Amino acid sequence: MIRVQEEDFDIGAELATFCAGDTSIGGVASFTGLVRDMAPIDGSARTIKTMTLEHYPGMTEKKLAEIEAEANKRWPLAASLIIHRYGTLAPGDQIVFVACASAHRQAAFDACQFLMDWLKTDAPFWKLEDTDTGGAWVEARDSDDKAAARWGKPETAS
Amino acid sequence: MKILYFAWMRQRIGASNEDMDLPDSVNTVDGLVDWLIARGDGYAQAFAKREVIRAAVNQEYVQFDHAVTNGDEIAFFPPVTGG
Repeated sequence: MIRVQEEDFDIGAELATFCAGDTSIGGVASFTGLVRDMAPIDGSARTIKTMTLEHYPGMTEKKLAEIEAEANKRWPLAASLIIHRYGTLAPGDQIVFVACASAHRQAAFDACQFLMDWLKTDAPFWKLEDTDTGGAWVEARDSDDKAAARWGKPETAS
Repeated sequence: MKILYFAWMRQRIGASNEDMDLPDSVNTVDGLVDWLIARGDGYAQAFAKREVIRAAVNQEYVQFDHAVTNGDEIAFFPPVTGG
């Protein structure tokens, strides 16, 4: 299941319900992404006041659904969940949540990493940081392309 | 054709989307970018580093030699930074 939403989410409630009732499940892994309070830019750290996430409604849901389908092709998952927020967030706020349930832990761990690595390079979201010295769009990182590439994804042309 | 812009491309162009009728001479993403750049400074600034821009036609990533037609939804944006 995928959800793109402005409102916050409750990790406990999500974990309790996304795979409830399936007793073939032996392990659940999850990852939660948070807004950091520091932005290293040009070698100096700047304090983040807020972070605004913009996205491409329609394509976002389409890409997240494709990424989730790919994870379910690669690993025997009993259930999977991706939640990604948009709008203006503050340091400490939750941005993204992925959870995977499987009979064994390795599939659940690996599928979670895969979901995060692929959504970082494929899902059309952009972060605008408002810091004590002004606003700046977050730049894409080569390390994210490399993280996605380890799952057999070609690095992007940029 | 519906064209959408996101993040700093939207800011430089000054619009999040616009509807346009393509001239017959424009039939690829590259051709569309050339045509947009000729429309004004905002477009020229937004597309100055064409090699870093990503394009999507009907919500699928494409290379810049991909075909475009008047019925398409085309989006231009910087590399994505979600997660």
